[in-house]
Order: sequence, then structure tokens, then C-alpha cells
Amino acid sequence: MSASSTADVPFEAKTKVGRFTDFVDERVGGSGILREFGRKVFPDHWSFMFGEVALYSFVILLMSGTFLTFFFDPSMAETHYDGSYTPLYNVEMSVAYSSSLNISFDVRGGLFMRQVHHWAALLFVASLGVHMLRVFFTGAFRKPREMNWVVGGVLLILAMAAGFTGYSLPDDLLSGNGLRIIDGVIKSIPVIGTYISFFLFGGEFPGTAIIGRLYVLHILLVPALILLMIVIHLFMVVVHKHTQYPGPGRNDGNVVGYPLGPVYAAKAGGFFFIVFGVIALMAAAFTINPIWNYGPYDPSPVSAGTQPDWYIGFVDGALRLMPGVVNDFHFEYVIFGQTLTLNVLLPALVPAGIIFTVLFTYPWIERWITKDNREHHVLDRPRNAPTRTAIGVAGFTWYCVMWAAAGSDLIATHFHVSLNDVTYWLRALFFVGPIIAFIVTKRVALALQRKDREIALHGRETGRIVRLPHGEFIEVHAPLDDYKQYKLVGFESPAPLPAQPNEHGVVTRKEKRRAALSKWFFEDRVAPATPAEVEAAHGHHEAIEGSEQKSLSH
Amino acid sequence: MGNHSDGSPKHSGTVATAGQNEVEKFQDPGLPPHRLRLADTDPKAAKRAERQVAILFGVSIVGTLIFLGAYFAIDLGDDSTIATIRNQNLLLGLGTAFAMLGIGTGIVHWAKALMPDHEVSEERHGIRTEEDRQAAVRIVDDIVEETGIKRRPLIRNTLLGAVALAPLPAIAVFGDLGPRPDDKLAHTMWAPQDGKLKRLTRDPDGTPIKASDVTIGSAFHVIPEGLNELHEGKLNEKAKAVVLLMRLNPDSLKISPGREDWSYNGIVAYSKICTHVGCPVALYEQQTHHLLCPCHQSTFDLTQECKVIFGPASRPLPQLPIAVDAEGYLVATSDFKEPVGPSYWERDEHERLINS
Amino acid sequence: MKALSQKRRHPLAAIALLLMGLLLTGGLYAVATTVNQAKAETTTFSASDTEEGKKLFEANCATCHGMGASGTKDGPSLVGVGAAAVDFQVGTGRMPMQMNGPQAQKKPLQFNEDQTHQLSAYVASLGAGPAIPEEHLLDEKGNAAEGGELFRVNCAMCHNAAAAGGALTRGKFAPALADVSGKHIYEAMATGPQNMPVFNDANISPEGKRDIVTFLKKIEANGSPGGADLGSLGPVAEGLFVWVAGLGVIIAFTIWLTSRTS
Repeated sequence: MSASSTADVPFEAKTKVGRFTDFVDERVGGSGILREFGRKVFPDHWSFMFGEVALYSFVILLMSGTFLTFFFDPSMAETHYDGSYTPLYNVEMSVAYSSSLNISFDVRGGLFMRQVHHWAALLFVASLGVHMLRVFFTGAFRKPREMNWVVGGVLLILAMAAGFTGYSLPDDLLSGNGLRIIDGVIKSIPVIGTYISFFLFGGEFPGTAIIGRLYVLHILLVPALILLMIVIHLFMVVVHKHTQYPGPGRNDGNVVGYPLGPVYAAKAGGFFFIVFGVIALMAAAFTINPIWNYGPYDPSPVSAGTQPDWYIGFVDGALRLMPGVVNDFHFEYVIFGQTLTLNVLLPALVPAGIIFTVLFTYPWIERWITKDNREHHVLDRPRNAPTRTAIGVAGFTWYCVMWAAAGSDLIATHFHVSLNDVTYWLRALFFVGPIIAFIVTKRVALALQRKDREIALHGRETGRIVRLPHGEFIEVHAPLDDYKQYKLVGFESPAPLPAQPNEHGVVTRKEKRRAALSKWFFEDRVAPATPAEVEAAHGHHEAIEGSEQKSLSH
Repeated sequence: MGNHSDGSPKHSGTVATAGQNEVEKFQDPGLPPHRLRLADTDPKAAKRAERQVAILFGVSIVGTLIFLGAYFAIDLGDDSTIATIRNQNLLLGLGTAFAMLGIGTGIVHWAKALMPDHEVSEERHGIRTEEDRQAAVRIVDDIVEETGIKRRPLIRNTLLGAVALAPLPAIAVFGDLGPRPDDKLAHTMWAPQDGKLKRLTRDPDGTPIKASDVTIGSAFHVIPEGLNELHEGKLNEKAKAVVLLMRLNPDSLKISPGREDWSYNGIVAYSKICTHVGCPVALYEQQTHHLLCPCHQSTFDLTQECKVIFGPASRPLPQLPIAVDAEGYLVATSDFKEPVGPSYWERDEHERLINS
Repeated sequence: MKALSQKRRHPLAAIALLLMGLLLTGGLYAVATTVNQAKAETTTFSASDTEEGKKLFEANCATCHGMGASGTKDGPSLVGVGAAAVDFQVGTGRMPMQMNGPQAQKKPLQFNEDQTHQLSAYVASLGAGPAIPEEHLLDEKGNAAEGGELFRVNCAMCHNAAAAGGALTRGKFAPALADVSGKHIYEAMATGPQNMPVFNDANISPEGKRDIVTFLKKIEANGSPGGADLGSLGPVAEGLFVWVAGLGVIIAFTIWLTSRTS
């Protein structure tokens, strides 16, 4: 900044803006902050933007949500609708539903705000999910970012909680049946389930308390926690600096990219408006959550296609897949005179429990297997960590099977197949899907690595066909430049780490297990091409190019 | 790809062993040389980019005007049609989208085309230095020493006890969030009141149903008599009491011992609340006699007293014992003989209570 | 509405269209009354209708439903199903059935309006059953809000709250109700085709059915105030849309944003 004058002559700003800035700076120390962050370097890659999409969606959620609170009334008192939507005129409903309808039909721009809010919510959770997938598949969760990965996982859970509490607020038939399913799941909890249900709903389902309680959670507690977690998350991003993809000039000791000011700040700032614009487009032209179709909540009716929003879908899908009776075994049975409802409890808790437990502990699991305690700031290309990539795809496949199960009825009607068959197939895929995905992904990753290796060794295909003197046709390969070559060879391919004795010279059973896992993790590997190999291939290449090319051909 | 037809990756090249990596690695060639953009060398291209950015900001201004126009020019009066709302929503949305995308794409284009695009490399510093760590340890040691907490276990232990107990009131104050469940889930409105049997009435208007109204293949959605007159807790009662009433050929019903007088001429009534997690099981297929829950696809066979034949439910739907009163109206002869709806921990206890 | 789509294929369709345009400009009232008159005639059957219907039935339907419509193992007896059942099944193309499957599907009509009328007349003559609804029940001027309540309680669980249809067991399904004429909706309720339960007049009164038809036609004409309705299929369609279209557009922007300008 301009405060480069000597210490004994106090700085005097010349312009009005300058004086104002100086006033603030003297009191908060902005110069130091700006010096620290003004030119901070951020790597640029499209896959690094999903966290920003989530952050911006959250900001849009706060803004549109604030507007909605001015008109929404979370009361469950009975009223008769007298707004302008005639197909519901004079229908008995709760004040909450009536005010949601008023927002949609009688507040100018209210419907737009509702649609912005709901689309932004769906996008918020979706971008969080994609962001986490990106972090997982590139190994960005490794030291020193394990804790930030956990904070991200907490954010995902909070986002789902925010979404679900919001989904329930309009008190329409769809969300009411959603709450009823939640009530049924809560009641299946052994010993305390019935009490939790009565405490949550303030008595029997549906009662008159739940909407007000969810409202407070939705507009106060959950967003405050999300905000807190975002602050922690971003603080740690600043501490760690961003990761970067491997490439020439990039290593674990530096960060290569654009400075915050002006380029990165402009891009990131501009991107907020782009995300907002895309959400506004969706809200302009595509209906979301048409509460007027569903009608007020009433415990008697239900609509075909009653499903939760997508992020709760995998739990709903698991509930659908679980058979209640297998042969003559009933998953609900009486134990010590009390009812145990495993047909609800297992699918509601176990898959989500496994997914989140593995998600939260994965950085430590991998660290234990690989005994890799180094800091990693350069990302792995997913193909260069085949086992991790395969684990990720297997987990995602498992999630997707349950996700698909939540739409089993729509799959049946749209593809003209039997609903029951869809369920049978998905039950099978629930078990074999992840295994197939693991094997296929690992093979694909290894194949891609081999392709990289071949290109590094023999250069890229030029598409130029040459006829050799003895009549054979070959395609000429051109050598890569140093930068492209480094991208293909500049990665680590660790070998399995055998079991090692501890300080007493004993190889513990735990260490043996770790070694076995390490073998499984690193056994199938393609080593990066070494300079010697490239040299050999090259010499070879020039001497008897034809026969070498032949061995390369398919 | 190469001719590694045996598929084993180990044959794809030399297997690098630990340690070998270090010596045989490629040297990092460093950042590739910077390429200049068109706008860096050609002032015309720079001018063009400048105009494009300005046009994009102009688009944003137009978008804002569209929004304001749509907000003030279109009035949502009492007689506004759905088409009016749809048009207003579309214009407000497009206005916002243009306003936002104009600014966003304008700034990004500016940054990409006109701001310097030199990639910079910044050193990373250690997250923690050993010096800091030692200083921190000293400070913590001093603090602990100054408090004297190690020397005064009485203070430490009583503090721990106090802190451990202090949150209890915070938990206790939630005790009034809801009443105790007691046996509320075990009873519904169908229980005869003062010896008078409850009639089955139509949902939603509450008019009673004659047995002769229920023809074969019919399905009636039923609520108990008097439900609509309730003010307090109407939905709570409805959530337990809703019933589906159907008639099929009496010969196709398999009736188990003890339930002989629960139906009337092939007319049967079953709880509509799924025994899985409580969705209304209201999809009745009159030819297959299956009842399907639309939420999780539990399927119940009406001819086998609503035994589960598919899906996640594990228990048949409870049957409501019905008969016909002197005026020919259908009545419930008693409450359900078991708790309705999803299972809960005390369910079996309650079932024994009902039947005792 | 059905009458119009029938005549659309006629060689004189162009002239009819012109005429219709004129009628429209002449006033909606005039159109309404002519359509009403055309439909009002369908509820009365003459002896010759019955006679012709019997011939058609014996030639086209008796293979499965038996001579005298007494039923065979391939098709149920039609004695007492009423004219409404025939008008619905034949008038929507579900009968004659193309092949045996989980349920009879809607398909191009096999009989013209007169033939359908004659078949209805014949089946109605075999035994009393639900009649083709009278015109005043199909005027779509009932109470849409009450119709909506009845629809949600009695119909939405299969047909979806926005009448977008839904799945039943083993390949069966409840069809979407958009583009189904009020008359056919009414007849379906009265007769309970295939696996649909019967909603006789004691269950849902004729006025109630009129309200339901009014409600369905009203929401169909209204469309969605929020823009394209994504099939009115609920959160699954919305989730799919945000993942494919929403994130797709965002990713396109991120790629543009992080690419180098030439």
C-alpha cells in the first residue's frame, strides 16, 4: 500500500477515499491482511470450483430464505384457504400450508423466491457431494487435510439436515407423508424410539408442534452450524493453501496458480453471479416442489411417487430394498416381550452408518495401510491411485443403487417393467454392484496408466502413416515435449510395504494385517516410465523402429 | 495400448522396487513458458474484449430492468390466472438470470481476456515449526503450573464433577417437549363409546356407509363416525383410525379362527396405515386383491388377511372387526385388536394389553 | 374432445378446421352448445343400435367374452357391466385387447364412435349396469376444490396427486389422466376397469364425480405456475434435473472459467 513513508512523518492520505480507508486501516489493521492475502496464489482447475458452487448456493439460500421468512407462518392451526388458487379454495388446511400457498400465488415474486430457494438447496447438497467426490478421487484428503475432510463430511450431514427440515415446512401432503416415514423410522429405535417420537412431535403424530420446531431448526440452528463449519473449513483452506494437480513446475513445496488479486478474485467473484444466474434460470422455467398439487397434509391420502428430495433418497431406497419377510423369517420379532423392528432399523441406519463411518475414517485407514505420513499438496490423478479410485467408485455405486431404489416405481412406469422385478434386480445389485464396480474401475485405471506409460515411452500418435522400404506401414510417433512427458511420468507408484517388526523385533498380528492390506492396495501397479527406459525405448526406436511399432500395435 | 494381452500389470514394464524410484525419476522441467494471448499482442483484440465485457454488463442492466418491469407491471390481483403467475415468474427469473449472468460472465471474461494471466508460484511454508511447538509447550506448562491444578486434586476433582453435572439441567429442560407415550398408540377412535358402536363413514365428508352401498370391487376410504366433529387432535386420531373398506367374493377370503365375525358378506375393513413406516396403504387392485403401499411398495394380500407378500413390511395390516347395525349401516364391533401403524418397542406389550 | 380427434382424420378436416375457427371467433358459447347436443345424443339407444351392436360383438368380441357376453376363460362376462364400461374400454382403445399382458393398454381406437355406441347399446341390453354419464355431469362446472379433496383421498395414491400416474404391482400401472376425456374419467370411476376399484354412486356421488372431473380438467388447463412441470413426478425428477441440467450447466461454466483465452 501507499504507507511507505518514514515512521516519524505520519501518513496523510490525499483523497477522500484514501482518508476513509486510512481511518479504517488504523483501527483494524487491514494493510496487514491485504499484504498477506492480496496476492495469495490459487491453483485454477474446473474441478476445484464445486466447493465454491456449494458456498455460493448457501449464500443464495440465506438471501432467498430470509425473504421467505417474512411471509411464512409455521403455525399448524387449522384454517380455510381463501387465497387466489381456486382448486384449493375453502379447503381445510394448516396456516403453514396456507401461507406457503400465499407466497406462491399472492406475493409478487414469492413463487420465484420459493423456487430459487429449493433449486439452490438441491444444488447446494449436490455440489457438496461432487466436491467431496473430487477431493476423494484426487487424494486431497491426505495429510495435512484430514480434519478438513471431516469438517466437510459434517457439512454434508448438516446440509442434508437443513434440506430435510426445509422440505417439511410447507406442511403439504408430500412433506407430511415424509414426516410420517421419519416418525415410523424413529419408532423403530429400540427402547427410546417411542419417547423420541413423542418428544419430537409434542405427542402423537402429527400433533401441532412439529412444523414450528423444524422451522426453528431450519432457520436458526442448522444454518448457524453450517456457517460455523464453513468458517472452520475456509480457515483451514487458508492454513493449508490449496492443493494442485501434478504437472511441470508443481511440487509439494509450492503452489502454482493465479494471484487472488485481481485474476482469481475476479473469477471467483464473477462465478458467484454465474451460479446465481443459473439457479435463477432454473427457477424461472422449471417448477420445483409444486405444493399446490399435493394439497394440505391429511393422514389419510397419499400420492403415488411420494419420495424425499434426492439427498435423502438413498435412505428411502434402502428402506424399499429391505425385505420384511424372507421365506418365513420375519425381520420384526418380539424379544423379551418387546418389539424389535429390524426391517426398518437395519436399512435406515446401517447403509448410512457405513457410508459416513467409512467417509469420516478413510483418511486414517489409508494412512495406516500405506504408512504414509508425509504432507501431500500435489494431487493424485485418479488413475494413479487405482485401488483408492476403485474403492471410491464401489462406494458411489453402492450409494447409487440405493438412490435408484428410491425411484423404483418411476423406473417401473417409465421403462415399462415390473415394479417387483426392479426391486429384485436392485437387491442383487446392492450386493454385487460395488464388487463389479471395484474390479472394473481398477482395471480401467490400470489400463489408463499403461496407456500413459506407452505414450511416455514411445511418444504420441501423429496420425501420419509411413510405408517402410520392406513394405510395412507404420504410424509415426512423435516424442513428447518435456512438460507433457513430465505430466505422464511425474507420479509415485509405491510398492506394497511388507510387515515390519516393532521396537521389540516382533511382527505383530495387526502389522501383518496391515501388510496384507498394503499388498492388496499396491499390488497391481504400473510403474512410471524412468529416464533410462525412455532412453532405451528411444534408442531402440531409432534402430529398429518398425519392429518396435509392431509390438505396440493392437 | 501395448500388447499386454495377459492383463497383468506387472508385465507392463520393469517393476520399480522401493528406493529405485528415487534414483530413476524424471527431473521436473519447471513451469512451461508463458504463452501470450491475442489481447496481449493485438490492441484490436484487447479493444474487442473490452467491448464484449461492456456488452455483458449491459445485458445485466437489461435483466434488472426486465425484473423491475415484471414486478411492477404485472399485478397479482384476486382474479389473476395461473398463466399470469407463470409469466411473471418467468420474467422475474429471466430478469434475474440476465442480471446475474451478465455481471458474472462479464467479470470472468474481463479477468480471462484482459487481466494478466501469468501463473505464479508461491512457496509453501511448514504448517508448524518446531520452534513454535516448543514455545507452545512451555506456555501450556507454565499455565498449568500457575493454576496449580496438578497440586490441588481437590479443586480438580470437584471442578470435573461440577462440569460433568452442569449440563444435566440443559437436558432436563427438554422433558416437556412431549407427553409420555403411555398406551396412546394402542387405542384408536374405533372403540365403542358408551356402549355405542362407531359407524364407518366416508372420508372426507363423514357420511355413514350402508353394507348395500359396498358392491363387489368397491373400495371405500373410511373414517370413524364423529371424527370430523373433533377439534382438538383431529389429525392425530385420523392418523390412527383411517381404514380401507373393500368387498370381494366371500369365497375368496381365507378367514382364520377367531375372525369369523369380523367381516360381513365379503366386506372387510383393514387399517390403511402401513405396518412398515406408516404411509397410507391405499392402492387396492380389485382383481388381484393386492394392497400396495406407494411409499416403499409393501404388498399385502387381502385374501390372506393382508399377509405381506412383497416389500419391507413384516406384519399384516390390522383388521377392523365390522358388522351391520339395525339400520343397515356398517359399524365397528370393537377397536382394532392390535396397535395400528408402524411397530415400536412397546408394541407387543400393548397388543397383550388390548387382548387381556 | 374425443369427437374432435376422431373427425380430425376425415378428408374434410381442413374445412372443418376452418369452420371451427369461425365458430370459435363466433363465440365460445355457440361451440359449447353444439358439443353438448352432440354428446347428449349418445345416452339413448335405439333397437337398431342394439341389433348392430350384437353383430359387431359377435364378430369382434365373442372369441374372448363368449356368445351372449357370458364370458370364457379368456375374458370376463360382460353381463351387467353397463354401457359405461364398454364406452370406456372400447372408446379408449383398450378393447379389443392386443395381447394378454399385465393390463390392457390404451391404443388407437379399433371402432368408430357409432360402432362404440352400438356395442355399448348391446352390452347395456344384457343387464343393468352403469350408464354413460349424462352431459350435465361432464360440464366441468362442479366444485374443483371439493373434487380435489375427493381425488386426493380416493385416487391420488395410484394416479399421483397431479394425475401424472403411478406404478402398481408386477408391471401394472395407473395411467396419467392428462388428455383423458371427462367422460372416460367418469366411466372409469363408475365401472372400475381392470384393477381399478369401483367407485359406485353410493361411494362417490355423481356430483362428486363431476367435481373430480372439474378438478382434473382445471389443473390440466391451468398448467404449472412455476414453469415446465418436469412430468409432475415429484422430487425424483427434480433431483435428476438438478444433477443433469443444473450441475451440467455449472460445469460448462467452470470449464470456460478456468480455460485459457486464446
